[in-house]
Amino acid sequence: MEIDRSTPQLGSLYQELILDHYKRPRNRGELEGANAEAHLNNPTCGDQIRLQLLVEEGRIADAKFLGDGCSISQSSASMMTQLLKGKTVEEAQALAERFTRMMHGDADAARDKSLGDLRALAGVSRFPVRVKCALLGWNALTEALKSV
Amino acid sequence: MKGGELTVASPEILDIAAVRAQFPALDQRVHGHPLVFLDSAASAQRPRAVLDAVEDFYVRDNANVHRGLYELSRRATERYEAARATLARFIGAADPAEVIWTRGTTESINLVAMTWAWSNLRPGDEIVLTLLEHHSNLVPWQLVAERTGAKLRYVDIDDEGRLRLDQLDALLSERTRLVAVGHVSNAIGTVNPVREIIERAHAVGAKVLIDGAQAAPHAKIDVQALGCDFYALSGHKMGGPMGIGVLWARRELLEAMPPYQGGGDMIDVVELERSTWAALPHKFEAGTPNVAGAIGLAAAAEWIESIGHDRVAAHEQALIRYGMERLGAVEGLRLFGPKDPAERTAVFSFALDGVHPHDVATILDAEGIAVRAGHHCTQPLMRRLGVPATTRASCWVYNTTEELDRLAEGLETARRIFG
Repeated sequence: MEIDRSTPQLGSLYQELILDHYKRPRNRGELEGANAEAHLNNPTCGDQIRLQLLVEEGRIADAKFLGDGCSISQSSASMMTQLLKGKTVEEAQALAERFTRMMHGDADAARDKSLGDLRALAGVSRFPVRVKCALLGWNALTEALKSV
Repeated sequence: MKGGELTVASPEILDIAAVRAQFPALDQRVHGHPLVFLDSAASAQRPRAVLDAVEDFYVRDNANVHRGLYELSRRATERYEAARATLARFIGAADPAEVIWTRGTTESINLVAMTWAWSNLRPGDEIVLTLLEHHSNLVPWQLVAERTGAKLRYVDIDDEGRLRLDQLDALLSERTRLVAVGHVSNAIGTVNPVREIIERAHAVGAKVLIDGAQAAPHAKIDVQALGCDFYALSGHKMGGPMGIGVLWARRELLEAMPPYQGGGDMIDVVELERSTWAALPHKFEAGTPNVAGAIGLAAAAEWIESIGHDRVAAHEQALIRYGMERLGAVEGLRLFGPKDPAERTAVFSFALDGVHPHDVATILDAEGIAVRAGHHCTQPLMRRLGVPATTRASCWVYNTTEELDRLAEGLETARRIFG
């Protein structure tokens, strides 16, 4: 069978780290005392995320999410909540901006160590129809931070 | 398909290779694999006969219809109205003037909502729908309810995704003005007993609209034998072009309905303060119509007739039986819809344990297999089934059992990746 060289490989999408966060999501649940939150859904596919934050003196003290969706949307939200803890609101906003650039194929953003484990999602940019899945949690973050 | 309205004669075997050869889009590789197209319920591929008919119109006869006094306009008008007559025959209409061209099923249903329903429904009236409905046979009635004060009532489904007809009788009353129901469920493939529903609805004096988008590609439609009041279908789901569809309604209903949109072609005399309307069917067709679309849809109808509804149905029954067995053998797969092949179309809508439908679709796409994943524009049905979404593989006349093998193998790959 001939190989189409332009075809992205599934292995770059479904990495161990992503599957691990999908099967065992971190920070999943209700956050008591949350003072910022957002609930977003993707009407074309039905994925949804409810993100809750506890922001104290300009820093994200805690973050949790609830949601329904594919491995990409759920693992992205799971890794994001891990990364957010202890970050200032400005740092969180900068991370959201950097992650969004990585999803749109920006190689510099994908090399940026500040994104931590989330760099495992860099391969999603090769699957354009899945980019919105990866961004769902981050769009919820941007939305939630507006109320801070 | 079951039911008196859908006749299956003793069919000959379909020459599947010859059928496939007529669909140019099927002959391609995707991500290095031969394309397996299993999303015909969303939009089917088109046979060469349809593509040629559309091109031939633009190349030879292209002109506006019903206006020009010159040869090209005469030919365009003739072909446009001949296409209407073809569709009238295709759905068993008594009169081509009862066939209204629309953009598709969605517009057909909205036309009935915004003309017949707006002018006839009052507070306290009821519209009966079902949990199987596509958003296009649900949201227009919500808008009608909001505007007129009418109430919506819903028929539930049983565990196999079949309508609970026992509930229908309890819902129907002298308050019921309309029953709007799909002929075939787009999401899980249930073939509804529409003739029986129509009889019961008529017994209380209600009108019945049938959303035939998912039936027209698969079975012989006969609106007179069904006895319905409105029937809607889309061209692109039966091999025709996108952006063309049909609303059929009985003449006396169309005569009494106010116009849908105002503009050219739909008028008789226009004065400064008022106008009078053109005769049927033009009263409902304002503006320059989709002439090439109508001609292409007629070519699709003729193509299906040339294959024969009975052979299409027999081929699809074979695919249903094979697919249910093959997919049933995939571990962790839960197939929705009726278990009896006679009560369904070749639409396989399923959940795969531990793998979200989007991930299933991405993994299948990498192997050149096109399926749909999501809520299929049936969010209330998904909620009723208790799933956020399903993966849906839908077949038409050109699909093969080998393609269903590749689907099953792709699902095994998905299970391995997420294992």
